[in-house]
Amino acid sequence: MMPAVESGTLEKRPPSLPSVQTVTLTVNGKETKLQIAPWTTLLDALREYMDLTGTKKGCDHGQCGACTVLVNDKRINSCLSLAIMQEGAKITTIEGIAGTYTDAPAGLHPLQKSFIERDAFQCGYCTPGQICSAVGLMNEGNAKTTADIRELMSGNICRCGAYTNIVDAIEDVLNEKAA
Amino acid sequence: MNSFTYTRTEDVDTAVLERSSEQTSKFIAGGTNLIDLMKENVERPTRLIDITHLPLTSITDTVNGGLRLGALVTNADTAYNEQVIQRYPLLSQTILAGASPQLRNMATDGGNLLQRTRCYYFYDTATPCNKREPGSGCSAINGFNRIHAILGTAPDNSGLGQPQCIATHPSDMCVALAALEAEVRVTGINGERTIPFADFHRLPGNTPNIDNTLEPGELITSIDLPAKGFPKYYAYLKLRDRASYAFALVSVAVALEMDGDTITTARIALGGVAHKPWRKPEAEAKLIGKPATKENFQAAAELLLAGAQGFGHNTFKIELAKRAIVRALGQAAKLEPTA
Repeated sequence: MMPAVESGTLEKRPPSLPSVQTVTLTVNGKETKLQIAPWTTLLDALREYMDLTGTKKGCDHGQCGACTVLVNDKRINSCLSLAIMQEGAKITTIEGIAGTYTDAPAGLHPLQKSFIERDAFQCGYCTPGQICSAVGLMNEGNAKTTADIRELMSGNICRCGAYTNIVDAIEDVLNEKAA
Repeated sequence: MNSFTYTRTEDVDTAVLERSSEQTSKFIAGGTNLIDLMKENVERPTRLIDITHLPLTSITDTVNGGLRLGALVTNADTAYNEQVIQRYPLLSQTILAGASPQLRNMATDGGNLLQRTRCYYFYDTATPCNKREPGSGCSAINGFNRIHAILGTAPDNSGLGQPQCIATHPSDMCVALAALEAEVRVTGINGERTIPFADFHRLPGNTPNIDNTLEPGELITSIDLPAKGFPKYYAYLKLRDRASYAFALVSVAVALEMDGDTITTARIALGGVAHKPWRKPEAEAKLIGKPATKENFQAAAELLLAGAQGFGHNTFKIELAKRAIVRALGQAAKLEPTA
């Protein structure tokens, strides 16, 4: 972790940096105690310490949306959040999406079904982020038109270019909900 | 990322005290820019003070008829707030033109003011940059500078010589706040004070490493909007390389008051062109008492861009900004559609 330093500069550092501390995260309804360093991002905590590898690391800089998860039902980029700052929050990852939709208590979330139905992916790497982001979009309730969906999904990049089908998949579920 | 210690505070006074006790510490709220910069080793705080639990998360009326945005209200909650939509639609629209829904859910209003430039060279620690490392030089002036500043780049006093920095401030929200003449309330170990928005960010001069006029350790507690919100005649026009989720090459926030066809109040703020949101009172004054016509808008645009200097790749911004101003004024005056 620590980069090479010239001799003499080490003593300028604060005396006792804690390498790890106990952080309690509530992910998909389950509370877990982790021993992690404060610089561990929520993304790394999920993937490297909790084996929840559904959430993907794409750019690691908040530019691609592959790491999107829900914190207190709001979508965020988990790569730009420190795990230690999310103590006490309700975190939902792609692994916890199925069965959470009120109209479909068991099985896949309607968005998951719709993504399959509409073939809304090619390689699938961005898909967990796309689906979590779409769940967030539905929670927010601001998307009324196809153009709104496109604009409000712009934080999720798909390098295979499956955008047309992704928008269709989301629109199907929104229309279903409205009907 | 360098190692650091982490503390969480529950009240403003403790936060300010902790921050002042360690010069190299930093406050963290949304973290969308700070964590990114820490990953790049551009920011290397020895301690992060988590302020997300401070009671600065509400939007309330002020005694003089304005609206107070708590520093920790998220950009998303601000943009979709009913009071903001009704009374300050320019601000709502401008916030929604920036970043992505995920980032707007994390980023706070106070943090939006404090985000740093997206100049490629500022981010790349292998290159000289006067903003990141004072005195090392500016790589952008003779480098790839398509996204860089065309106004306010002169070094101090003489106005002669090579600029020290041609970075732009990346915020959309701040362009609207400049047009609305918001005030920034801050607290430090020496107490509270209020900074007019025009004085909050600064031009690079010979110290481009300093982005704003906060004293070391001061904490933004709120952004106060004045009573006048320009809910009828306003526009935000943002021009960028893709239709969404990109920083502005040029953006224009316009707020007008009209009496029939005559302009009675005019505010024009530019984004993407300078180290801070760019306003010019002479250009705005030129529109007062005049009818809303393309010719009058053109004259104001020429004044706003007077003295603009391009650096090669970004020279196109001078003409682009003028045309954007004319169009945005037309949209605000309802002479043309906003699409």
